[in-house]
Amino acid sequence: MNARFHLYHYASPATFYPLAGKLIPVFAALAVVFGLAGLYLGLLVAPTDFQQGEGYRIIFIHVPASWMSMFIYLVMAFWAAIGLAFNTRLSGMMATALAPTGALMAFLSLWTGALWGKPMWGAWWVWDARLTSELILLFLYIGFIALQSAIDDPRRADKAGGVLLLVGVVNVPVIYFSVKWWNTLHQGASVSLTQSPSMATTMLWGMLLMALCFWMYSIAVALMRVRTILLERERHTEWVKEMLAGETK
Amino acid sequence: MIHWNSFADFLAMGGYAGYVWGSFGATALILILEPLFIIRRRKETISRLKRQMRAELASSSRNSVE
Amino acid sequence: MLKIVAAVIGRDLKLAMRRQADIVSALFFFVIVVSLFPLGIGPEPDLLRKLAPGVLWVAALLATMLSLPRLFADDHRDGTLEQLALAPHPLGLVVLGKVVAHWLVSGLPLALLAPVLGLQFDLSADALLVLTGAILLGTPALSGIGGIGAALTLGLRGGGVLLSLLVLPLYIPVLIFGAGAVDATVTGLGPEAHLSLLAALTFAALGFAPWAAAAALKIALE
Repeated sequence: MNARFHLYHYASPATFYPLAGKLIPVFAALAVVFGLAGLYLGLLVAPTDFQQGEGYRIIFIHVPASWMSMFIYLVMAFWAAIGLAFNTRLSGMMATALAPTGALMAFLSLWTGALWGKPMWGAWWVWDARLTSELILLFLYIGFIALQSAIDDPRRADKAGGVLLLVGVVNVPVIYFSVKWWNTLHQGASVSLTQSPSMATTMLWGMLLMALCFWMYSIAVALMRVRTILLERERHTEWVKEMLAGETK
Repeated sequence: MIHWNSFADFLAMGGYAGYVWGSFGATALILILEPLFIIRRRKETISRLKRQMRAELASSSRNSVE
Repeated sequence: MLKIVAAVIGRDLKLAMRRQADIVSALFFFVIVVSLFPLGIGPEPDLLRKLAPGVLWVAALLATMLSLPRLFADDHRDGTLEQLALAPHPLGLVVLGKVVAHWLVSGLPLALLAPVLGLQFDLSADALLVLTGAILLGTPALSGIGGIGAALTLGLRGGGVLLSLLVLPLYIPVLIFGAGAVDATVTGLGPEAHLSLLAALTFAALGFAPWAAAAALKIALE
C-alpha cells in the first residue's frame, strides 16, 4: 500500500517534474556507462564472426534498436491504457514523449538492418517478415505522431492517441503473423536471421550492454521530453509559474 | 584482450568499414542530436512561457479591477 | 439491439442514395486505378495475371478509403452524432450500423465490379470467383477498421490524409490474405485457408472495431 501511495504522489505533475529532473542525469550516466562498456566489448574485444566477418558488429546496435522500437511501443500502449482507465494526465504525456524516440529506434533498426543486409544478403532490403514488420511499426509510430500533432486540444490528443495505440497493439501480432505467413508463401531467397550460429559469450554480453544503454537512453530522453510537455500543458498552474519565476536564466 | 592488431585494422573493419561505420555513425548522430533538440526546445519553451507570464503580469496590474 | 443497427443502416443507406455521385466516383476511382497498372507495367498476360490479385486489392483498399472521411462528418456537422452519443442505446451499435451501411455502398459494389476488372488481367473463372468472394469477405473488416480512423480524425484539419496514414498500416493483414486467396487459386493451392482467415479478420473487426470507434467518437465529441 505504501508503494501505491508513493506512485500516486509522484503521478502529480508538480512532484513529478522535479523528480524527473533529478532522474535524468542518473539514466543519462547509466546510458553512457553501459554504452561505453558495450562498445568496448562489441567493437574492440569481440572476436570476428567466422561466417559474417567483421560486418556482424552492426548487430550490436541493430538488435538493441529493434528491441527498443518494439518495447517502447508496448510501453506507450501501457501508458495509454492507464491514461484511459484512470484518467491520469501524466500517462498520456509519457506516451507522447516516448513516441519520437520509438520512431527513431525503428528507423535506426531499418537503417542498420539495410547496412547489415547489403554485405550479408547482397541487398539493401529484402521482404523478410521481420524487416517488413519493423517498417510497419515505423508507420504506426508516424501515424500516432501525426494524429497527435493534428489535434490542438492536448486532452483529446492524449485520449485519441491512446485509442490508436491500443488498437495498434492489438493489431501488431496480427500484422506480424500475417506478414510472416505471407513471407513463407512467397519464399524467394530463403534468408533468416535465426540461422546465425550460437554467439560467443563476449558477443552476447556486448549486445546486452548495448541494449541496456539504449534502454537507459530512452528513459532519459523520454523524461527530458515529458518535462517540456509538462511545462507547456501546465503553464497556467501555480507550480509552473513559481518555478519559472524562481529559475534564473 | 583487444581483438585488433592496429588502429588501421580497426578502422577497416575487415573490409566492412562503410557498413559498420555507417551504422554506428548514424546511430551516434541520432542519439546525440535527439537530446540536443529536446534541450533546445525546452529552452525555447521556458523563455516563451516567461515572456507570456511577464505579459500577463503587466496586463493584470494595469487593469486590476479584474 | 438489432433494431438500432437496422435503423441506422436504413437511415444511412437513404442518405447515401441522395448522394449517389459519391458512390459512383469511388467505383470509377477503383476502375481507373486498376486500369492504369497495365499501362505502367506492360501488356504481358503472364505478368498481369501474377500482379492482378495485389493490384485489385490495393485499389480496393484505396477506393474504400475515399468515402471514410464522410462516415461521421455529416452527422457531426448537423449535430445528429451528439444526439446519438447521448441516446440511451450504446454508441457502438450505432457505429456498427454505420459501418455496415458503409460496406453496402463501398465494399459490396467493389466486389461486384472486381471480376469484370479481373478479366482485363486475364484471370481464370476460378480466380475471378475467389476474387469476388475474398473482396466480399474482406471489405467489411476494412469498413470496420476504417471506422476507427474516421472517428479518431473527426473534425481535424487534414483529416483525409491523416486518416489514410492511420488506417492503411492496419489494413495490411486484410490485403495479405485477400490477395493471397486469389494468388493461391491462380497457383493451384486452393484459397480455403486464406478465405477462412479473412472471415476471421472480418468477424474480429466487426466485433471490436465499432466499440473502439465509439470510444474515439466520445473523445472527439467531448
